[in-house]
Amino acid sequence: MPHPISGRPSRALPIGTKHMNEILDGIIRAFQMIFTGDPTVYGVVYRTLFFSGVATILAVLWATPIAMLISLKDFRGKSIIKSFFTAMIGMPTVVLGLILFLFFTKAGPFGFLGLLFTPGAVILGEAVLVTPLIVSIAINAIEAVDPEMLNLARTLGASESQASITVLKEALTGIIFSDVAGFNRAIAELGVALMVGGNIAGLTDVLTTDISKFTSRGDFATAIALGIILLVIVFGINLIIIIARNPRALLTLGKMPQ
Amino acid sequence: MTSIAELENLTLLFENKVVLDDITLQIEEGQILGLLGPNGSGKTTLLKVLAFLLKPTKGKIMFQGEEVGNKNLERLRLQSALVNQRTLLFSTSVFNNVAYGLRMRKIPKVIIEEQVRDALKLVKLEGFEKRNAKKLSGGEQQRVALARALVLRTKLLLLDEPTANLDPKNASIIEDIILTANKELKTTIVMATHNMLEAKTMPNQVALINNGHITEVESAVDIFRRLSRNLASFAAVENTFKGTARLTEAGTAIVDIGNGTQIETTFDKQGSVSVFISPQDIILSKKSLESSARNVFKGKITQISDLGSLVKLTVDVGKPFMVQITKRSFGDMSLNFGAEVFITFKASSVQEI
Repeated sequence: MPHPISGRPSRALPIGTKHMNEILDGIIRAFQMIFTGDPTVYGVVYRTLFFSGVATILAVLWATPIAMLISLKDFRGKSIIKSFFTAMIGMPTVVLGLILFLFFTKAGPFGFLGLLFTPGAVILGEAVLVTPLIVSIAINAIEAVDPEMLNLARTLGASESQASITVLKEALTGIIFSDVAGFNRAIAELGVALMVGGNIAGLTDVLTTDISKFTSRGDFATAIALGIILLVIVFGINLIIIIARNPRALLTLGKMPQ
Repeated sequence: MTSIAELENLTLLFENKVVLDDITLQIEEGQILGLLGPNGSGKTTLLKVLAFLLKPTKGKIMFQGEEVGNKNLERLRLQSALVNQRTLLFSTSVFNNVAYGLRMRKIPKVIIEEQVRDALKLVKLEGFEKRNAKKLSGGEQQRVALARALVLRTKLLLLDEPTANLDPKNASIIEDIILTANKELKTTIVMATHNMLEAKTMPNQVALINNGHITEVESAVDIFRRLSRNLASFAAVENTFKGTARLTEAGTAIVDIGNGTQIETTFDKQGSVSVFISPQDIILSKKSLESSARNVFKGKITQISDLGSLVKLTVDVGKPFMVQITKRSFGDMSLNFGAEVFITFKASSVQEI
């Protein structure tokens, strides 16, 4: 029968032991791919990390000043703008993907950039996607800082910009959390990456888009392998970040609760 | 005596409410000016205006002969420093906290190290440089905040109830530091306070503020002698009461301070008086004490504040009295909100102010 997404004929879906075999197959294949240095796999992993990494950096660069402006200044419509960013977190990614597609397509306003189906589109798309998340969490973090902090910095001699940076430093833990959340969201993204990137093998494909591709082809073993690799990467990176922020956490790993 | 700052008809409105009302005040260089007033009287706002953190809606401020306006606000801020009532420290080491203002002024690193060390010595926190500021005790944190301001050697130092949340031991350390700063660094100090003894002994002058308006500015001695009526009616200071005295046959006065509370005293005055009973002279008990003390009142605990080794309680016997007991006693007596207690104090403990 035709596959629901690709429309191509698919193998009859097996149930039971065949699945278990595929899962084991997938685990083995995952190890094979990693340790034999399979270039296609390494390529996908590299693109996954690179696109999401650059997207997050871009998003942080424009989201942080926006968050600072919104939280540190008083203006009319402040709560509406804050609610806007929070609401945008829930934007369906395929809709965002569609909007960006229409922007980047040759007939669209940014068509002249020729970004559609290039790595640039994926990066930009992921950056736009994670911006509301980073802004919202960062605003929360900055607002959690004691409201007298700005005045304290000023009375000690800080200029307006120095005082704002001081508040930012006090909110650092929350801000880092917002950035990590942004990265996690970017790396988990499928819809936007697929629509504006086109999942072109070797150019714009990433782990998520490839997992989708192999699943729709019925190649579950490869899909599972890539899934395992993606999970390992996500958990690994987050673990490194936790330990980097608080090296003492390593010590508690071996301790029994008292 | 040169004046370092002058406020002329200064009014400040916040969200259409008058917070500071037509204030005219002269602050002399090198003095300690006490600012005495009830909660909400505008003390903190006035200090922020003097710290050049808030701009007045109307009126003028002169600082060292210069009129304060938008153009010189940031520059003049370097000449004054405000220490908040609620200690606020940066999430970093004690050293980085104290060094903050110096770094803003681009002082060379070597000099910063030396000055921070000296400032910590002044507040009796030698060796605390590397400690995490937020992990210190309340008294230590307040001293760090003070050191952070003192190290800047500003012309004007503004203190918002510097010892309000401290136990007597830490409070007296801070008081010593303030007096030393004034004497040795010649810093002009304006301090808002609630503490009777502090207001009497530390400042050269005291300004009374109520509803955003300064009603009197007098030498500390005079304020407590002549203007006692204003003082007690502000409830600016704890355990001060305004009342009417009538003489007994023994020649001593019984003062009616309202709500049926009559206080026996050992002085002989008649008519309108103001009295003060030091919290240290009041004994708290769960049962009525039979003793030689003449003043025994039954009341309920209406407020409890933790001051570290001491616990501050407000007991409402018709009028509110502030009492201090050790934490241990507090625990032993199993006291809590609304508990019925007795307060006892001698007639000789009642001071006429």
